[in-house]
Amino acid sequence: MATSAAPGTAIAREWRRFTPAQRLARFSVYLVLVAAVVWSARTVEIIPEFLYDAPEQMQDLLHRMWPIDFAHYPEGVHDALVDTLHIASLGTVLAVIMALPVGVLAARNVVPFAPVNYLAKLILVSSRSVNSLVWALLFVAIFGPGALAGTLAIAFRSIGFVGKLFGEALEESNAGTIEALEATGAPWLSVLAKGYWPQVEPAFWSIVLFRWDINVRESAVLGLVGAGGIGMALDTALNLFQWPRVATVLFAIFVVVIVAEVVVTQIRKRIL
Amino acid sequence: MSAAGARAAFPANWWLRAGWACLCAYVIYAAARLDFTWERFVVGIDNGARFIGRMIPPVIAQPDSLANGLIESLQIALLASFLGIVISLPIGLLAARNLMPVWATWPARMAIALCRSFHPVIVAILFVKAVGFGAMAGILALVVASIGFIGKLFAEAIEEISLKQVEAVRATGASFMNVITYGVLPQVFTRFIGFATYQLDSNLRNSTMVGIVGAGGIGGTLFSAFQRFDYDFVAAILLSIIAMIMVGEVLAGWVRGVFLEKGKVDGD
Repeated sequence: MATSAAPGTAIAREWRRFTPAQRLARFSVYLVLVAAVVWSARTVEIIPEFLYDAPEQMQDLLHRMWPIDFAHYPEGVHDALVDTLHIASLGTVLAVIMALPVGVLAARNVVPFAPVNYLAKLILVSSRSVNSLVWALLFVAIFGPGALAGTLAIAFRSIGFVGKLFGEALEESNAGTIEALEATGAPWLSVLAKGYWPQVEPAFWSIVLFRWDINVRESAVLGLVGAGGIGMALDTALNLFQWPRVATVLFAIFVVVIVAEVVVTQIRKRIL
Repeated sequence: MSAAGARAAFPANWWLRAGWACLCAYVIYAAARLDFTWERFVVGIDNGARFIGRMIPPVIAQPDSLANGLIESLQIALLASFLGIVISLPIGLLAARNLMPVWATWPARMAIALCRSFHPVIVAILFVKAVGFGAMAGILALVVASIGFIGKLFAEAIEEISLKQVEAVRATGASFMNVITYGVLPQVFTRFIGFATYQLDSNLRNSTMVGIVGAGGIGGTLFSAFQRFDYDFVAAILLSIIAMIMVGEVLAGWVRGVFLEKGKVDGD
């Protein structure tokens, strides 16, 4: 790369890691990103007056939260917290039940029929593109406020995630085993149960645990739109400006999320 | 799980069956506790049909507020990703246990865990109280989320690098910063591109949601349309959000293709 040599003796064969096209592509990505960030920073509507006293406001907020109102936990938080866990778990179970068939249909090696694959992928993509809060808003409008809406929201949001990863795991499975089973004349369901399933089982449990962990986090906010769980307790406390109670709820969420993550990591270590 | 002990071709696995029975029992118990009843479901299906009927055809009732909301969401996502990545790199580096002493990794790991454990919308509520309504609260909330995600993955990526190159660079007498720039960062760059694009994508999704609690973006428009029962406008907003997210996903995939020769991402 050193071009500082005398002009006459410049070596023509100069090693470069990337082709000019690659370099151009990289440069344009950088350029577009920088331009986009600069554009956003210049045009986003921020009221600077609000920013000046932000640190004070933050301090004030923490100060008001400070003595965490643990006495509130048994009466107002515990039940909601347990509900949240049930919403997350039931939602995951429901999602898995619905996602498995779609995932199978999306796997090109299991169902070698392209239109079906695309249809299944479309279902998975649309499930993933709608945020769980939006699903919750929709289900609250349909089923009324409560845990049913929350569970369905969690379930419908998770279908895309579980189905996509499960379908990809199926596509990566070893074709030799499948061929051996098919050669014995095993019917389609047997091939699925004894050929594919043992190969994707570890991936399956890992996906389910991973999603359950995410769902515990997500189900904590569903209550903000009326879909049950601890978010409702949070919403009430926020609306009444009961900051010590808000702190209790946040603390409870924090503990549950950390515990869920530790549990999931431990189980994953054991089974994988 | 599947114990293939004896010569029986497919021996019955009683533990597994017990596990499935427990799961069924749990589902019934939890469904009863959350008050799921068949008639609620039936009534809901009925409501749902009417609801979907009102959503079709989607109508763009307020094109201005739709466009402004989408643009603001995009701005929030871009700024939050930029700031989040800039802040999370040093934190992720501090949290890598193979390069840093324990007194540095612990606080960094605690900070990352704290950032990760709250959903961006909850963080957004707190920032709305702190800095007022508007895009700033959304940006700050998503910065926190980005720190949690990228910080964790970046630390894990650094923990998996080969220390031989680090040692080689160190053996030349390089300073600490040089070791980081020439020994560590090149090894994690491709993975970093992977989760940076993923985070941009995820911030774009969440930036459409933080508006529900008043933190700017299209979420506010969506929520108020919901509250006004303007379901046809709701449908239009949802479709445009989905379109924006899909375009974002395609662009993110393209950027990954530019940086990773095979276009394959780990950590996705």
